[in-house]
Amino acid sequence: MGGVLVYGYGNPGRQDDGLGPALIGMLERERIPGVVTDCNYQLQIEDAVAISGSDAVIFVDASCAGGEPFAFGGLEPSNDITFTTHAMSPASVLALSHELYGRPARAYLLAIRGYEWEPVEGLSPAAAGNLDAAFRFIRPRIGEILAGIGQGAVLEGSTSRN
Amino acid sequence: MARKITIEPVTRVEGHGKVTIQLDDSNNVAQSRLHIVEFRGFERFVQGRPYWEAPVLVQRLCGICPVSHHLAAAKAVDVIVGAGTGDGLTPTGEKMRRLMHYGQMFQSHTLHFFHLASPDLLFGIDADPAIRNVIGVVLEHKDLAVQAVLMRKFGQEVIRATAGKKIHGTGAIPGGINKNLSPEERDEFLKGADPMNADKMISWAQAAVALFKDFHSKHKDMLDNFAVFPSSHLSLVRKDGAMDLYHGVLRAVDTNGKKILNDVDYQDYYNHIGEEVKNWSYMKFPYLKSIGKKDGWYTVGPLARLNTCDFIPTPLAQKEFEIFRAYTNGKPNNMSMHMHWARLIENLHAAEMIKQLLLDKDLQGKNLVTKGAKQREGVGLIEAPRGTLFHHYKINEQDQIVMANLIVSTTNNNEPMNRAVSHVAKSVFTGKAEVTEGMMNAVEVAIRAYDPCLSCATHALGQMPLEVSLYDSKGALVDSRRK
Repeated sequence: MGGVLVYGYGNPGRQDDGLGPALIGMLERERIPGVVTDCNYQLQIEDAVAISGSDAVIFVDASCAGGEPFAFGGLEPSNDITFTTHAMSPASVLALSHELYGRPARAYLLAIRGYEWEPVEGLSPAAAGNLDAAFRFIRPRIGEILAGIGQGAVLEGSTSRN
Repeated sequence: MARKITIEPVTRVEGHGKVTIQLDDSNNVAQSRLHIVEFRGFERFVQGRPYWEAPVLVQRLCGICPVSHHLAAAKAVDVIVGAGTGDGLTPTGEKMRRLMHYGQMFQSHTLHFFHLASPDLLFGIDADPAIRNVIGVVLEHKDLAVQAVLMRKFGQEVIRATAGKKIHGTGAIPGGINKNLSPEERDEFLKGADPMNADKMISWAQAAVALFKDFHSKHKDMLDNFAVFPSSHLSLVRKDGAMDLYHGVLRAVDTNGKKILNDVDYQDYYNHIGEEVKNWSYMKFPYLKSIGKKDGWYTVGPLARLNTCDFIPTPLAQKEFEIFRAYTNGKPNNMSMHMHWARLIENLHAAEMIKQLLLDKDLQGKNLVTKGAKQREGVGLIEAPRGTLFHHYKINEQDQIVMANLIVSTTNNNEPMNRAVSHVAKSVFTGKAEVTEGMMNAVEVAIRAYDPCLSCATHALGQMPLEVSLYDSKGALVDSRRK
């Protein structure tokens, strides 16, 4: 598969928890060559398979604390899972992928700040603003990452696995 | 000095739970409780919404088992649109939903065993948490890990093919389903390149049962004596007594196997089941009205389902069921750790059912929806991975929902989980002046056997730390740990 996988996760039925899938929706409309998008309620063990087929992966999640309007940074695999739930952290999915398939992908985390988490469809106004800012930031970064892995010129068509 | 030990939240279960253990001056367990911060506002939230939205709306409840809520709500709405219950749908409608449901069961049970149970079983509950986790399993048992990942992926793909998409699936609609399964989709699951096909999934599910039995043969003392207490059991069963995870009648048996709820129509569940409120928990305590609040509680989930049904209608799972039932001489099995055994037998049944359904030409049928005379009220029940799930709606003349009552699997298991915590707390905490990681994890292992789902729909970064707090008899904080 190769290319860049952008993976958003969260529950759009819980207000700002849907920030990750919302950004994926915006990217899908862009149809960026060499970019595969996917989203789900939360990360799980089977996502290790998808990661293993990509040259780089960008996880996109809502954050309930931390940088506003978003935070972005590199991500390292983490085997140190002293607290886990049915949902896995991106670092642990990355570690699982590395251990199972041995093909390290460059990984990044885009954490978009959210504020409201009630069982209501739709983002809060403040989170929607953060989403726009995050999209304006990540769109050119994706191009840079693609160029860095030498895929931008040869891969055609964007793909959604949602 | 009397102490109050708080474990909050419970690790490796979704959402937020808290265990408090009250010790007396001699370090004997005076009281133990599992507190669950359950979101109860959803029932009020759906009021005023059109009934046909319910199967999609309810997926906001849970990011782990949205398919179960989707199908339970759809079954309730089937009654409202006059499509009857369960077998009132067209063959294509019912079988597509069943395929979706067994796909959900397969991926959920696989995840539980690999992610939640196997670290405890493979490394022991006293093992260092640094290795007693999913990555530890990968490092020590790579083949098992690869199988689990691909089994999960297979189940997820079945869900996507039947529900339409992974988030907020729309497959089940009032009175039926919105798509059939194309021959191409069917062939992908039946004849997919090794290992991604139904036959391999059955084979791996068999191997998982064998793995548990092998572990059991070497650790009988722990598995047979950990959190064992008498309980009644409740589940749906098919009218002929077979295990049926999608539809049936409601049956309960007592700890000796005597039927105490004899195959009743679940549309009348409220005549048989009450919900008690206790002032120390947000979560209600369901009970059988015929028995009463004190002793009418029951267990739901894999163990209960194997205790209530008469047989399993797929050959490989039936063979394992016979071994399982023979172990307790045909009596109900009340060993909490055998929940894992029961779950793996169900997982094998789910894999067999997926293949059986894929071979059924009704999945390619064109008649997808049934309609009839509209009703003002409907109840939908389904056996979710964690146990019996109740959805009940009433509507007004404008088709708006005016009443919703949900009893989720974890609520049904409220009392047995508390009993399990109490049993383990007394065995590992009594007389001990110190609290070790292994002792705390023993309590958590008992809870995890029930695979509770604790308001798991939000998971944003920064939530759900593990905190352990100690209080003295006056309520002052003595010590606190976080991980």
